[in-house]
Amino acid sequence: MNEVMLQLEHVDTFYGPIQVLHDINLEVRRGEIVCLLGANAAGKTTTMKTIFGLVRPRRGRITFDGQRIDNRPASDIVRLGLALVPEARRIFPRMTVLENLQMGAYTRTNKAEIEQDLDHVCQIFPRIKERLKQIAGTLSGGEQQMLAMARALMSRPRMMCMDEPSMGLSPLLVETVFETIVRIRSEGVTIFLVEQNASMALSLADRGYVLQTGKIVLSDTAANLLQNDLVRQAYLGGS
Amino acid sequence: MTLFLQLIVEGLVIGSIYSLVALGYTMVYGIIELINFAHGDIFMMGTLVSLFMVTNVFHLTDVSKMSLGGMLVMLIVTCLASIVICALLGVLIERIAYRPLRNAPRLAPLISAIGVSLALEDIAKAIIGPNPVAAPYLVPLVHYSIGSVDITNTDIIVLVVALVLMVGLQWLVTSTRIGRAMRAVAQDREAAALMGVNVDRVIAITFLIGAGIAGAGGFVFLLSTNNTVFNIGFELGLFAFTAAVLGGIGNLVGAMLGGLVIGLIRALVTYIPDRDLPFGLPHGGVAWQDAVVFAILILILVFRPTGLLGQQLAEKV
Ligand SMILES: Nc1ncnc2c1ncn2[C@@H]1O[C@H](COP(=O)(O)OP(=O)(O)OP(=O)(O)O)[C@@H](O)[C@H]1O
Ligand SMILES: [Mg+2]
Repeated sequence: MNEVMLQLEHVDTFYGPIQVLHDINLEVRRGEIVCLLGANAAGKTTTMKTIFGLVRPRRGRITFDGQRIDNRPASDIVRLGLALVPEARRIFPRMTVLENLQMGAYTRTNKAEIEQDLDHVCQIFPRIKERLKQIAGTLSGGEQQMLAMARALMSRPRMMCMDEPSMGLSPLLVETVFETIVRIRSEGVTIFLVEQNASMALSLADRGYVLQTGKIVLSDTAANLLQNDLVRQAYLGGS
Repeated sequence: MTLFLQLIVEGLVIGSIYSLVALGYTMVYGIIELINFAHGDIFMMGTLVSLFMVTNVFHLTDVSKMSLGGMLVMLIVTCLASIVICALLGVLIERIAYRPLRNAPRLAPLISAIGVSLALEDIAKAIIGPNPVAAPYLVPLVHYSIGSVDITNTDIIVLVVALVLMVGLQWLVTSTRIGRAMRAVAQDREAAALMGVNVDRVIAITFLIGAGIAGAGGFVFLLSTNNTVFNIGFELGLFAFTAAVLGGIGNLVGAMLGGLVIGLIRALVTYIPDRDLPFGLPHGGVAWQDAVVFAILILILVFRPTGLLGQQLAEKV
C-alpha cells in the first residue's frame, strides 16, 4: 500500500463550548480517492476546516506528509501541496475568471509553469476557457463549481480536498464533476472528497468513512460500504 | 467667468488632497470594514514630519536663497520621509490598536480608532502646541497665467503628485500580484487564506500604502498652504472621509472622484454672494461651505445610498 499522506488522529473540534468533532481518526494514502459521507450537520465541513487550519482542533494531531499541520495557518498549509475546493465554492465574485485562476496560483512563482497549467485547466474545463474575462460572480452555479475546482488545481496540489462539489448541480453536471475528479486523480492528485451523494461518491472512491454527529461510525472500502446495511439505509435511499 | 475658472482650479487642488486622504479611508474600509478614524491624523503627522524635515533637518529659512538642486533634494527627501514615517505609523497603529480586535464586535475597533485619533492629536499638540504653526515656503512661489486664470507652481506640484499616486495605486491594485491579494482578502478573507495569502500581512500592507499616501498628502498640504495645526487631520479627515462615502466607500476611483467633487463644491460655494436668499446667502457662501457640502452629501446618499460609484464599478480594496 502507498504511504499515508494525510492523517487525523484523535481530533476533537469545538465551536465555543459545543463539541462538533469527536475523536476523529482517518487517513488518506497517496493516489487514493477517499470519501467522507455524512448527513447534514454531521461535521463534514468542520472536518475540512480543521484540516486546513480554519478552525483549530482542541485535541489530537493532523499530519500531512509526516509534518504536523494542526497548529499552522491555512496560508502555510496550502503551501505544502494541499488544496481545498470549499463548500459553496467561495470564488472571488468581483474578480474575473482569469484573476480567480491566478489567485489559485498565488503561491507559485514560475510564470511559464503557471501558463502551462492555465492551458491545462482550460483543457479540462472548456467552459472556463471561453469565459476568462467574465466577472466570476456572474457565472452560473455549475460554472462557478468548475472554476472553484480549476482554481484549486492551479496551485498544482498533490492532494485536493473537495467539500460537496456536486451540491446544487443538475445530474448531468454532477456526472461531469465526478468524471473530472477521476481525471484529476489519474494525473497523480490524491483526492479527499466530502459528499452527500453517496452512491456517486462510493462508485469512484477507493475507501470511505461515514460520519454521524461528529463521530466516525464506519470505515471500509468503497465496495464494502456500498453493500453495508447502514449505508444503504441512511445514504442510498433504503432497500 | 474668470473667477469661476479660478475657483475650479482652487477646488481641484484642495480636492486632490482630499482624494489622497480619502484613498486610505476607502482602502482600509474595503479590506476590514473599519472606519479608521485615526487616518486623518496620520495625514496631520505627515504635515508635521514635513515641517520637521524642512526646518530642523534642512534648516530652511528662505527658499529663494537655495540652489535649484538643493531645493529639489529637500523636496524629495522631505516628501519621502513623510511617506515612509506615515506608512510605518499606519502599520504600527494596525498592529497595536486594530489587529488584536480583529474578531471582536465591530464597535470595539471603532472605539479603538477614535482613541488612536485623540492620542495622535495630543502627541501633536505636545510637540507643536495648540496654535497653527507657519511653515516657510518650500518653493519660491511662481504664478502662471492660463488665459485669465492664475495658477501657481505649488498648485501644479500638488496636482502632479496626486495624479501620479492615484494612477500608481490603481495600477498596483488592478494589475499586480499583491493588488490581487488585497482584493481577494477584501472579497473573501478565508478563501484568500486558502490560496496561500498571508491575510495579516496583506492587511498590514494595505495600511502601509494608505498611510503612506496620506503622508504624501501631508507633504503637499504643507507645500501649498504653508501651515499646519494639531487638529488639521480632524477637519481635513472629515472631508476626506465624506469624499470616500460620496464616491462609494471601498471604491478607489470613487474616493478620488469624491475628493475632487467635494473640493470643487467647497470652492464654488464661495462664489455665492453676501445677499439675502434667494440671490445669495447671508454672510456669503464662505460662511456656508461646510453646510452645503454635507447637504449635497445627504442628497446624494438619499438617492444613491452606495455613493456615486456604488459597488458595481471598479475595484474594492
Ligand atoms: N461557526 C460555527 N459556529 C458554531 N457552530 C457551527 C459553526 N459551523 C458549524 N457549526 C455547527 O457544527 C455542526 C457541523 O457543521 P458542518 O458544517 O461541519 O456540517 P456538515 O456535515 O458540513 O453539514 P452539511 O452537509 O449541511 O454541509 C452543525 O451543527 C453546525 O451548526
Ligand atoms: Mg458542509
